[in-house]
Amino acid sequence: MITRDFTILAPEGMHARPATALIKLARQFQSDILLKKGIKEVKMNSLLNILSMGVKGGEVVTVLVEGIDEEVAAEALNTFFKQTAW
Amino acid sequence: MQGIGVSPGISIGKAYVLRQRKEVASGVVLSDETAILREIGRFREAVKLSVEEVHELFKKVVGEERDILEVQLELLQDPQMESDVLARISSDKMTARDAVLMVIGLAVQVFEQMEDEYLKARAADVQDAGNRIVRNLSDRVNALISNARSTAGSGISRSGFEDDEGLIIIAEDLSPSETIGMDRSKVHGFATQSGGKTSHVAIVARLRGLPAVVGCGGELDGILDGDLVVLDGSHGLVLVNPTAAIVEDYRKKREIFRQEVRRLAALKDQPAVTTDGVRIELLANIATAEDMEQALAFGADGVGLLRTELLFMERDSFPTEDEQVRYYTTILLRAGNRMVTIRTLDIGGDKPLPYLELPEEDNPFLGYRAIRICLDRKDIFLTQLRAILRASVFGKCRIMLPMISGVQEVRQARAILEEAKGELLRSGIPFDSAIKMGIMIEVPSAAVIADLLAKEADFFSIGTNDLCQYVLAADRMNKQIKDLYDPYHPAVLRLIRYVIEQGHLQGIPVGMCGELAGDPQATSLLLGMGLREFSMSAPAIPAIKNILIRSSETAARKNFQL
Repeated sequence: MITRDFTILAPEGMHARPATALIKLARQFQSDILLKKGIKEVKMNSLLNILSMGVKGGEVVTVLVEGIDEEVAAEALNTFFKQTAW
Repeated sequence: MQGIGVSPGISIGKAYVLRQRKEVASGVVLSDETAILREIGRFREAVKLSVEEVHELFKKVVGEERDILEVQLELLQDPQMESDVLARISSDKMTARDAVLMVIGLAVQVFEQMEDEYLKARAADVQDAGNRIVRNLSDRVNALISNARSTAGSGISRSGFEDDEGLIIIAEDLSPSETIGMDRSKVHGFATQSGGKTSHVAIVARLRGLPAVVGCGGELDGILDGDLVVLDGSHGLVLVNPTAAIVEDYRKKREIFRQEVRRLAALKDQPAVTTDGVRIELLANIATAEDMEQALAFGADGVGLLRTELLFMERDSFPTEDEQVRYYTTILLRAGNRMVTIRTLDIGGDKPLPYLELPEEDNPFLGYRAIRICLDRKDIFLTQLRAILRASVFGKCRIMLPMISGVQEVRQARAILEEAKGELLRSGIPFDSAIKMGIMIEVPSAAVIADLLAKEADFFSIGTNDLCQYVLAADRMNKQIKDLYDPYHPAVLRLIRYVIEQGHLQGIPVGMCGELAGDPQATSLLLGMGLREFSMSAPAIPAIKNILIRSSETAARKNFQL
């Protein structure tokens, strides 16, 4: 399993548009991908769940990836969190 | 009545009142396994139909409206929603319709209780997705009735409406698909009881150039179908059955606004090039990410002045480096590949910060302010420079120092910039190593030694407001001497000409970010002096562009004599 922490760069936080993009990205991999903030942990396949975490700008989220393509998936997510202009 | 104007413009039309149909759960308990399987099948079918409907809507829209529909699609097929609904059907023996109402109702509550205004507004998206599924679960007759609401405007062609007067939609609130699904040839505006700047109705109305007023409150209930409504989205006004004279007045205002919009639209993507082929940069003065959006909407080539004071005001302590990085990054990302000129902190006795104690001064304008504070309080300056450098990889930016009065200040600032670069380099943090550092020319001494400063700075930007008041020793806020404050005074103009000339002799860009740059009366004169970068508030850009594209630079040069 790969675990990575990311700081949300956008001041407005994790909005519907980037969250939708994130779900679409996660769907491309076979690995199980979880998103964690504090004690809350959700699968990265539900917009309802991701939005209801209420991730704000500047907050740190943890992404947990486990599966046969976990390295590729973690790298793709890394690029997404670091570079996506949302 | 007064609301919040969220999309400018004026519309006059007949009210079309949409009333929310409250869906109520039936309370039916499923009798057996067969019924459960049937309801699960119906739920899946309704989701499938809903997804198809949204795909249909997709064909009609572009850009940001597509993003809204993307979210809809995602919500309709949300795995969490699906498993919750299936659990309600199989364990709680609810009908598919009751199960969806229950699950959506709970999710909507979660969002409505959120503090963040944006996330709170997402309750509408969730409700919208739920309503769509519920509608597709209802029998055909019901589906037709509720369809009439969401396609309002598209099927309506009542007699008695003048052709140029469309429908003004009056509603408590509008869901994304309702707003997107409306026929734009008939719907001419929106007024809603609730909502704010981030409501879908606000976003869609702005994209379509339709006026919208939200947050009108309960008073809106008094409006009846067919009432004559005047909607002023620029001022957040809704007038119901006004007198003929008022309507006539608004017809004129509407025509003026439309002409203005056409003129702006025509100019927006056209570069500011003079008749003899000289390209002029028209830049915006901004302070926030929202201003950046506005700047782009008015066709700005970049940002000539990003005031960073806002980031420091209305708070209890200095913003951290990370906070600053986020602020600059957001703006740089929105600016795309356009240059953003970031002015370092410009505070002083007249613009105090609650958490920074400054000495009492008899004369704050001649006192401890701007770059003078930054060079003295190196910690503040270094943090800001580090933040700008860290953000610099997200776009194109340059640093601008305010209140420079001599060569030493530029050298000191540059040394601190090098220090910041060194720190980042050692920590392995990426930044734009070729970042430019320029200065504002707003103190008379700086203007007079522009030849020397041009060897130190990477660019000049003339701040005419302060330059004028310092040169003429006239406070522009003092009403008794307001006639003395004159940016067209030969002393001011001579200095401006000299600064432009000396900058160009050294081969550095020279711009202007004071009010004179956005003054249509000065455009030809400044063009003649050789100015190539005009920075102003975004709404002033089209008017200045309009002048420039009709001017000849050669002729402007000949005409101007001092």
